[in-house]
Amino acid sequence: MLLRYRGSEGMLAWAFHRISGVAIWSFVVLHVIDIYLVGGNPDAYNEILKVYASLPGRVVEVLLGAALLYHALNGLRIIIMDFWPAMTVYHKQLWYLNWVVFIAVGLPVTYQIMAPAFGLAQFLR
Amino acid sequence: MSRYSRVGRPRPGSSGLELAIWYLMRLSGLALFVLAVAHFLIMHFVFDPDLQTADWIAANRWNSIFWRSFDWLLLMTVLFHSFFGVRTVVGDYMKGGARTAVMMGVYALAVILFVIGTIVVMTMPLSGAAS
Repeated sequence: MLLRYRGSEGMLAWAFHRISGVAIWSFVVLHVIDIYLVGGNPDAYNEILKVYASLPGRVVEVLLGAALLYHALNGLRIIIMDFWPAMTVYHKQLWYLNWVVFIAVGLPVTYQIMAPAFGLAQFLR
Repeated sequence: MSRYSRVGRPRPGSSGLELAIWYLMRLSGLALFVLAVAHFLIMHFVFDPDLQTADWIAANRWNSIFWRSFDWLLLMTVLFHSFFGVRTVVGDYMKGGARTAVMMGVYALAVILFVIGTIVVMTMPLSGAAS
């Protein structure tokens, strides 16, 4: 599945949905464990937090946010087509609309997350 | 059924468990569109991770029944949605005994995360007056 190319936006939308879903699931497993340490072993949690707040940690944070945003937007697109089948005719247009929202929301969030690593000012602070 | 695009999983034809899961995936997906995206924006846009030490969580974020409830609701929703999503993925690539063995491990992990996540959000002492 995944690797057999069937062509066009529909197949890419599906593949990205699956990859981003598995990526988010992996982080959820890690994240529940690290948050458990806030109560169970605060010093260990603080050490993990330093990794999250480092430059490579922030890059992964941006990738996680991108996976979450894509999965959320494409998930909404799937729900729309599941419950309003006539919209499947426009499944490509809906996908491109997803990318417009993805870029519009993603750019400021990426800046906000990466700014401290380069000594730049953040929004709201 | 031929009118389906190659997106999304076709609604199961039979009634019963698979159909219930199909609907619940969409319902939990809608909930997560609000809960998970809000969570990410609050913890990564409004606040910087640099700030979020164990002390900060105890004194601020989790010094609030509302945010603890929010986080526990998010935990329940995300565990349901992500683990049933993994179930779909595993079912697409594995069959028979291998699938059963992998899914036993996956379900065990889900139960462990349910337990430790619930323990930490419910048993950390409320530190009292907000700063």
